[in-house]
Amino acid sequence: MFIQEILIPVAYLVSAVLFIMGLKQLSHPKTAPRGNQTAAIGMLIAIIATLLYRDVIDYTLIIAGIIIGGAIGAYVARTVEMTAMPQMVAIFNGFGGGASLLVATAEFYRLITGMEAIAGFTMTAIGLSIIIGGITFTGSIVAFAKLQGIMRGAPILFKGQQIVNSILLIGTVTLTVLAVMVGAEAGFYIPAIIVVALILGYMFVIPIGGADMPVVISLLNSFSGIAAAATGFVLLNNALIISGSLVGASGIILTNIMCKGMNRTIWNVLFAGFGGEDYAPGEGVPVTQKPVKSYEPEDTVVIFENARQVVIVPGYGMAVAQAQHMVHELEKILEAKGVKVKYAIHPVAGRMPGHMNVLLAEANVPYDNLFDLDQINPEFEETDIALVIGANDVVNPAARHDTASPIYGMPILDVDRSRTVFVLKRSMNPGFAGIDNELFYNDNTIMLFGDAKDTVTKLVAELK
Amino acid sequence: MNADLLILIYVFVLAIFVGFEVITKVPPTLHTPLMSGSNAISGITIVGALLAAGFTELHITTLWGDLNITAVLGFVAIIFATINVVGGFMVTNRMLKMFKHK
Repeated sequence: MFIQEILIPVAYLVSAVLFIMGLKQLSHPKTAPRGNQTAAIGMLIAIIATLLYRDVIDYTLIIAGIIIGGAIGAYVARTVEMTAMPQMVAIFNGFGGGASLLVATAEFYRLITGMEAIAGFTMTAIGLSIIIGGITFTGSIVAFAKLQGIMRGAPILFKGQQIVNSILLIGTVTLTVLAVMVGAEAGFYIPAIIVVALILGYMFVIPIGGADMPVVISLLNSFSGIAAAATGFVLLNNALIISGSLVGASGIILTNIMCKGMNRTIWNVLFAGFGGEDYAPGEGVPVTQKPVKSYEPEDTVVIFENARQVVIVPGYGMAVAQAQHMVHELEKILEAKGVKVKYAIHPVAGRMPGHMNVLLAEANVPYDNLFDLDQINPEFEETDIALVIGANDVVNPAARHDTASPIYGMPILDVDRSRTVFVLKRSMNPGFAGIDNELFYNDNTIMLFGDAKDTVTKLVAELK
Repeated sequence: MNADLLILIYVFVLAIFVGFEVITKVPPTLHTPLMSGSNAISGITIVGALLAAGFTELHITTLWGDLNITAVLGFVAIIFATINVVGGFMVTNRMLKMFKHK
């Protein structure tokens, strides 16, 4: 009695508190590793407490499941490349959603075989867990496939897509209502809800372009939390409800930040079929017609040597070219010459929230040198050189003033306000939004064409 | 509506507020570890999975003989949730160790 009614609930409360404390410690890079450990201890306590339940009789499946899952999880966590972090998080979200779906379904079968009456409330929660968990599961698999390149990034669109998706969504809700009405007789409806929810998850993500995946994985992150919370209502378990809500809130905040960074609403991301990788160049401004200034790396040495502050603006192109380690070399050489070097990180610089920071941290760039948009923008006026590496739309001044531009209103890094702007770029091809960048034609902009890694390597050699 | 249920809803709503308060304080630099770490936390579903897989006295007669659907579903759920928990915390730890001070 003591174990069941006092010890276990108290243990759950302790783990919930540890999760909150862990997340709180994530507010600074110094305390963050401890925060992660705090949360992990919370999880361990929750697991041990659960095993004390007297209903848990057989440990065979439990041990087997933990060994299999633990081995897969540990292997992935050790081997994943930092550039592949978005797809790893995507697939993990999917597993979280899938687990919630399975647990809710398992509870349904436990209740009907135990000949227990199923309350309308419990059945509603089972339905919601399955719907949200199912959407998260297949939706995350599609997001993973698109990011991993298994599926093409371009939106898959067809006529009447919105209507089909609406019907599927209404279908899941209707089936849940029917299941609630028949209670323990819902043996047919539960598998039906699962199937429709899984199809819905797939259909929901296929029309979203590869470039919009940061928003999608943030949203699915939130869903995986909400699914866990819904399962908490099925099991009447506060640990699940609290942890699920925390994750749900976190995902929503990140989704919001990503949308703001791209100047889009969540509805526009989800339903506009925008952001394929293979966008055609925009019409209007003819590409490469206007003159640009282009230098070779050796021509830049004098400018670098007279600089006091250099701001490096990395984009995903830098990570694709694997240039981050060389960029860090350049940073060290400049610092040795007494130049102040800072990095300006746009919210959507990588493929998921905060991705660019991790990529730079991996290349040993200290986090004190990383500045976000609001911190760095006032500094460009006093910056001698802005070094744009593999970024494009996030430095296009048209976002500030050209009301006709598709990116008008998007928050950008004001690199054009610095004395000189070097743009490292492969060619004059436009970015993913398919629009020309007026930055390239400014008087103070100098283009350094070529592979980003080669160019930075040459810069390093020249400055040594 | 019964009182127990009402308390669960209270907990849910208050936890969302706590989540917003705590997570808005996480700097953008740490958003990727935040995501992978919160991923691990959402693996809390493992609690439900353990309960389901631990039940053995229930059997349903199916075409393939007697089967304990609850335990089987729970078993798969444990695998999924453990991938999330172990993978999530480990990868977060790996990333956070890379963040260095000047």
